[in-house]
Amino acid sequence: MITFTEPNEQVIKEEKLYADMGLSDQEYDKVVEILSRQPNYTETGIFSVMWSEHCSYKHSKPFLTQFPTTGEHVLMGPGEGAGVVDIGDDQAVVFKVESHNHPSAVEPYQGAATGVGGIIRDIVSIGARPIGLLNSLRFGELTESNNRRLLRGVVAGIGGYGNCIGIPTVSGEVEFDRSYDGNPLVNAMCVGIIDHDKIQKGTAKGIGNKVIYVGLKTGRDGIHGATFASEELTEESESKRPSVQIGDPFTGKKLMEATLDAIRQPELVGIQDMGAAGLTSSSAEMAAKGESGIALHLDQVPVREAGITPYEMMLSETQERMLLVVEAGTEDKFLSMFENYELDSAVIGEVTDTDRLELFFHGEKYADIPVQPLSDEAPVYILEGAAPAQDESDHQYGDHDLNEVFDALVGHPTHGSKRYIYEQYDNQVGANTVQKSGFGSGIVRVEGTDKAIAMAIDGKSRYVYADPLNGGKEAVAQTFRSIVSTGAIPLAMTDCLNYGSPEKPEIYHQLGESTRGMAEACAALSTPVVSGNVSLYNESKGTILPTPVIGMVGLIEDVNFMADLKIESGDAIYLVGETEKSFAGSQIEKLIDNDIKKQVRHIDLELEYARGMDLRTRLINKEVKKIAPVGRGGIAIKLAQLAAFHQLGIDATLDLDGEDLFAENASRYIVIAPSGQKIKDGKEIGRLTDEGFHIAARNLTIDRSTETISSIWEGAIPQCMTSVD
Amino acid sequence: MKFAVIRFPGSNCDRDMLNAIIKAGGEAEYVDYRETSLSKFDGVLIPGGFSFGDYLRSGAMASVAPITSAIKEAAADNKPVLGVCNGFQILTEIGLLPGALIFNDTHTFISRNETLTITNNETPFTSQYEKEESVVYPVAHGEGHYYCDDETYAQLLKNNQIVLTYTDNPNGSRNDIAGIINENGNVLGMMPHPERALEALLGSDDGMKLFERMTEWEAEHDYIH
Repeated sequence: MITFTEPNEQVIKEEKLYADMGLSDQEYDKVVEILSRQPNYTETGIFSVMWSEHCSYKHSKPFLTQFPTTGEHVLMGPGEGAGVVDIGDDQAVVFKVESHNHPSAVEPYQGAATGVGGIIRDIVSIGARPIGLLNSLRFGELTESNNRRLLRGVVAGIGGYGNCIGIPTVSGEVEFDRSYDGNPLVNAMCVGIIDHDKIQKGTAKGIGNKVIYVGLKTGRDGIHGATFASEELTEESESKRPSVQIGDPFTGKKLMEATLDAIRQPELVGIQDMGAAGLTSSSAEMAAKGESGIALHLDQVPVREAGITPYEMMLSETQERMLLVVEAGTEDKFLSMFENYELDSAVIGEVTDTDRLELFFHGEKYADIPVQPLSDEAPVYILEGAAPAQDESDHQYGDHDLNEVFDALVGHPTHGSKRYIYEQYDNQVGANTVQKSGFGSGIVRVEGTDKAIAMAIDGKSRYVYADPLNGGKEAVAQTFRSIVSTGAIPLAMTDCLNYGSPEKPEIYHQLGESTRGMAEACAALSTPVVSGNVSLYNESKGTILPTPVIGMVGLIEDVNFMADLKIESGDAIYLVGETEKSFAGSQIEKLIDNDIKKQVRHIDLELEYARGMDLRTRLINKEVKKIAPVGRGGIAIKLAQLAAFHQLGIDATLDLDGEDLFAENASRYIVIAPSGQKIKDGKEIGRLTDEGFHIAARNLTIDRSTETISSIWEGAIPQCMTSVD
Repeated sequence: MKFAVIRFPGSNCDRDMLNAIIKAGGEAEYVDYRETSLSKFDGVLIPGGFSFGDYLRSGAMASVAPITSAIKEAAADNKPVLGVCNGFQILTEIGLLPGALIFNDTHTFISRNETLTITNNETPFTSQYEKEESVVYPVAHGEGHYYCDDETYAQLLKNNQIVLTYTDNPNGSRNDIAGIINENGNVLGMMPHPERALEALLGSDDGMKLFERMTEWEAEHDYIH
């Protein structure tokens, strides 16, 4: 008989060992109430991860329920591994975004790599073949060597996993701001394609059906990862490096192919990936969804080394693992299939009629917990938010040297070329990438069809900080603009809510207001939320800016129209939408004031929708050749990026004050089309030329050679990365 | 012409390769690395990816896989053998092509569209291209620096074995070498991905001529002058 030395029930209570695992006194009391006795060590661990913010959304649930989650195309909304949206012809797109912020802060390569691996398994566990990866990253300024180290590691980790598993990374976005010093954000999104009849759910049903484990052998890595992800980062976090999981994309690739094979078998009942909280959350959630009990025989779990305790097994976050429920009697078929893929697999339990999660190790019972309360009765906290004081003073930039501002912004890593990053990602494997990173959203063709999926990810944290309600709307609207700019009809979205500690009233206020704004925008722009993730307690040297990140997909019915759209010298440039003196949260404000004024921002969602859909139609009708939403840095920066990326000159004259070229109000686009087009709310402002970047405003002239613009823009990140650490 | 697309665990351009040869008019089937015969096939395609995770060294584990001796037999039988990216690495590891692929000089993965020159259009793979034709194929690799010693390089030059060179060398390869052929003219290895260059909509269709030519394979002995 193997025995493990673990603290007993009394010691756990008296020495408050549950607090070290992340449970509060009240939560511990609730566990005692549910069990009608004191929990043992394994049970305490299981409750602590299931009730962590990461798994239970205990601080964010009330906000998430605001989001519209249904729509004419939605086949499956939040609650499963990922959302599923119809694209016609019995096919659907499956997608989700997830954060891996805390692990990436302490171990950037593995933190980012496992973030990518985890989100891929979410998509695969639905039954979909992944066709594209995206990422949204935030770091402190690259003038700090630690931020350069983090960028280098995170980018290598994302590439290391995605390149090896063979899914193209087709789009992304990154921003550098001192609020992310020591607390980088790494949000990874995966998009897959599935046939309607293959959609799987993570459910454990049918008394006597077998539970199969497949994938990497369980080790001691990542124990309490979900709890770690729900705490503030401190100097002690470094000591939690063992909480960071290690990725193995080679096994991930084999597991992906094996899973897609398993899903074709009619005897498969349910499947879920072992992500955060590993075996605990996958088994408990599957049992809860199937309204069944589950019994696991942990001595059957493939392990990396002897002596791993049930507690460690249940809390390990070893990567590249899946949990399946299959019809009794068919388990050998699955085991031999997995053997052919050279993967470890084993029958580790069965579905029961007890409604309890029961864990055995060599016959001895280590846990006996009612499933429903464990999975669904996590405490929900509703706290008090506090609105910060507003600052109504005007921004004054007219007296500054705006030519200097222009050079500084074009050459800042946030606005400069991201080539340093995206050239480390295989963006064409699969041979269906129509548009890759560089300028605009990712576009991937659906294999064997003329359809394509447009995919974009974006976040506008400075706007959210300035005005949480309208900033939340703008975050959704900005991503909507990116999607319509490809000619796609936006279908639905996923979100990752990255905030500081919800226990701080101002942060709680940001969370509440910004999600309310997002929900309004989702409804107005017809992009329901089908999946999402929450990352709170992003606090290191300070609190991060409130950073809701939006991932969105859209459908292009026939992508071949793009072949005819090449912009060239002589084409006219249009500005669509009125420019307002909107500087709260802008990049010029960051550069000159090094601050964000808390002021109301404006966005008209009805106008946003109408304008976006009108331009989209014009693009697929080939009336216009290119649409580029105006974003960070305003008109001046968008024109500079356009000139530098396409190696063209620009000659434009705007009837605006010079500083307004850097204003960042919503709902504006730069459009390239033949001269003389009538575009609603659009003004022709100039032409593309062969050479020379020339913009004139009322009291400002910017004159550069195309080559100068290109070299400032291209050098923005490399210049920082080559400086001596 | 019926081609075998070899599948190692970790291959990830296998589908792209199969689609490419079929699009060019050939037939193709996947062949598992545990198979030991390729006798029913007229040609062999070794796709890119990370065979066996590229653990140890890229291509090293694949070089001792059961299928390897069958690949060598196919090459000896004068059948066309094309290895792309990881496939090229495997061909050098198993000795069908000279030299080795080592880490890019930047020590980072590089993925971009690369302009290349067809330096030898007299091979049975490249005869549809013009001499010195400029083509665009994507590259995507971490270990793509082609390395060989002086003696090997002299041999490559003498036998006209250098088929493809980079215009803007991304990885530090010796004399911009992107692809080489064996002396006999039936085994071609290259780091760039012609199978991703079959449609202008996706950025380039310059790879099409390579696959079309392969489907009309006529081994031309002593093509090297």
